[in-house]
Amino acid sequence: MKPDDKDIVWIQEPELGYSGRSYVRLFVEGLTTTIKHLVGPKQTIESPEQRYQPPDPLLYRGVHRLNRDEQGRVKCVACFLCATACPAHCIDIVAAESPWPDREKYPESFTIDELRCIFCGMCEEACPVDAIELTSLYDLSGKSREEMIFDKEKLLSVYDQTKDAEPMRSKREPLP
Amino acid sequence: MTREILEALIKIAILLGGLMTAAAYLVLAERRVAAWIQDRRGPNRVGIPLTRIRLFGLGQPIADGVKFLFKEDVTPAHVDKALYWLSPIALFTAAVGIYAVIPFGSVLPSSVGLEGQPIHLVIAPEIDVGMIYVFALSSIAVYGVLLGSWASNNKYSFLGGLRSGAQLISYELPLGLGLLGVVLMSGSLRLEDIIVSQARSGVWNIFVQPLGFVVFAVAAFAEAERLPFDLPECEQELVGGYHTEYSGMKLMLFLVAEFVHMVTASFLMAILFLGGWHFWGLTGWEETVGLPTALARVGVLMAKVLGLIFFFMLARWSWPRFRFDQLMDIAWKVMLPWGIVNVVVVAFWIEYGDRLAAAAGMANKALMAGVGLATLFLSWLVVTWADPTAADNRPVPWSASEPAAAMGDDAS
Repeated sequence: MKPDDKDIVWIQEPELGYSGRSYVRLFVEGLTTTIKHLVGPKQTIESPEQRYQPPDPLLYRGVHRLNRDEQGRVKCVACFLCATACPAHCIDIVAAESPWPDREKYPESFTIDELRCIFCGMCEEACPVDAIELTSLYDLSGKSREEMIFDKEKLLSVYDQTKDAEPMRSKREPLP
Repeated sequence: MTREILEALIKIAILLGGLMTAAAYLVLAERRVAAWIQDRRGPNRVGIPLTRIRLFGLGQPIADGVKFLFKEDVTPAHVDKALYWLSPIALFTAAVGIYAVIPFGSVLPSSVGLEGQPIHLVIAPEIDVGMIYVFALSSIAVYGVLLGSWASNNKYSFLGGLRSGAQLISYELPLGLGLLGVVLMSGSLRLEDIIVSQARSGVWNIFVQPLGFVVFAVAAFAEAERLPFDLPECEQELVGGYHTEYSGMKLMLFLVAEFVHMVTASFLMAILFLGGWHFWGLTGWEETVGLPTALARVGVLMAKVLGLIFFFMLARWSWPRFRFDQLMDIAWKVMLPWGIVNVVVVAFWIEYGDRLAAAAGMANKALMAGVGLATLFLSWLVVTWADPTAADNRPVPWSASEPAAAMGDDAS
């Protein structure tokens, strides 16, 4: 590209005043900013001792959970809408005939590969019965890849663990 | 004779040990200060190993040192082996060798000395060419950088080394000119004498020649390769500059030498312009003093040096780095004239100062402080007005026939 190309736009930089050219203003401004931050409040959280609290746990997208209904049964009806919506294809459902009269199917197995999940929350949005939800637990870890594939029992236990702190998201007040 | 050798060996051991420890802990201080300025906390976890005691992260330098020792020392196949080895050694030796003449206190009384002799708190006391020795050694740092960059056989290293060579050699001149005023004032190249002359009059050189201090401080920052003059490294542009190809202990020598340079610059600024170990009402200026005063002098000097080092660390995060042409313009078009102006004013004052002060009915030093301030203000004003660092970096218009075509297109 030649310097006289029509696509090049030459920009005139703003003229420096005397205060800018003397470097004194920049000197003072730089130093005051630095000192202000030197003594100012720190942002770091001392992680293992202090826990990060998500500002709104009901909006946070962390580990999944499978909700239970009032009788303690899994709410899921194995409709496969979450598995279809999932962009990372991390949900694997095996449906079976329901032993209960109020629905036709229930998930015989329900596994989520947490390593593959991108925590987009589309499964939660797709679910017609509010069975799958994302919690505010963010520090999930494991010693192997197999350990990070959460099955139905694990996901239900996440519900048991978080149901008191985080009620069902469908029950929350709508955002203003 | 044996007493002097023994004394020198003890002082070398103390100074080298202290310097290495200081360099290690300055790395920690640098990281902590940087973290605080960026609203973080910095490394505060490593304490005593195998316990839960943290000590504010004071174990970090030891952990870093152990890590460096056990790291694989890779020598790339394409380097010039001899020069590759020589470079960190030259840089480090020159950086540490300067401390032979730098006083870290005044004189310990004869009551604590060996064989009833007073101890001068400098490794080689009463060297008449002290400042020249410092400059001779500090210019060897250029060789370390240039050798390292050339031996690395790497284009980025070489670019960094070339820049560095140009920068270090250019800033030697303002450094020397800033120093010249001080040497004229005290009439000696010996660092101890420079301190004593300031302590005796009670007026530090920064008050009587502030312009000289500005020139010296800027040049010292550039010589120490610290921001805003750290173009030799410039990791955003040159990966790591001249030490890109180094690893393990050799890299550590480079990094330690860099911190030692910073400490040296702080020592020189404190000694030449901030009165060394002198503080009003605390230390006096006498040749022989008791132990408490001698220790107070060491403390005052260390406090000044630490304060300057802290300023080095603040400066790193306060101002953006200069472009290379601006760096050169500052050296040759601002600092060099300023240095010459300062030397001329000081020389003039030494010749005519007493007569002028008598005519004005003021103390010599008080009037000189006024003259120094006026010099600083006027020189700064001239530079602001003339703006020698302004540069138009746009390429010249392509076709000579229509020079307006390339410029000023923003109207269309």
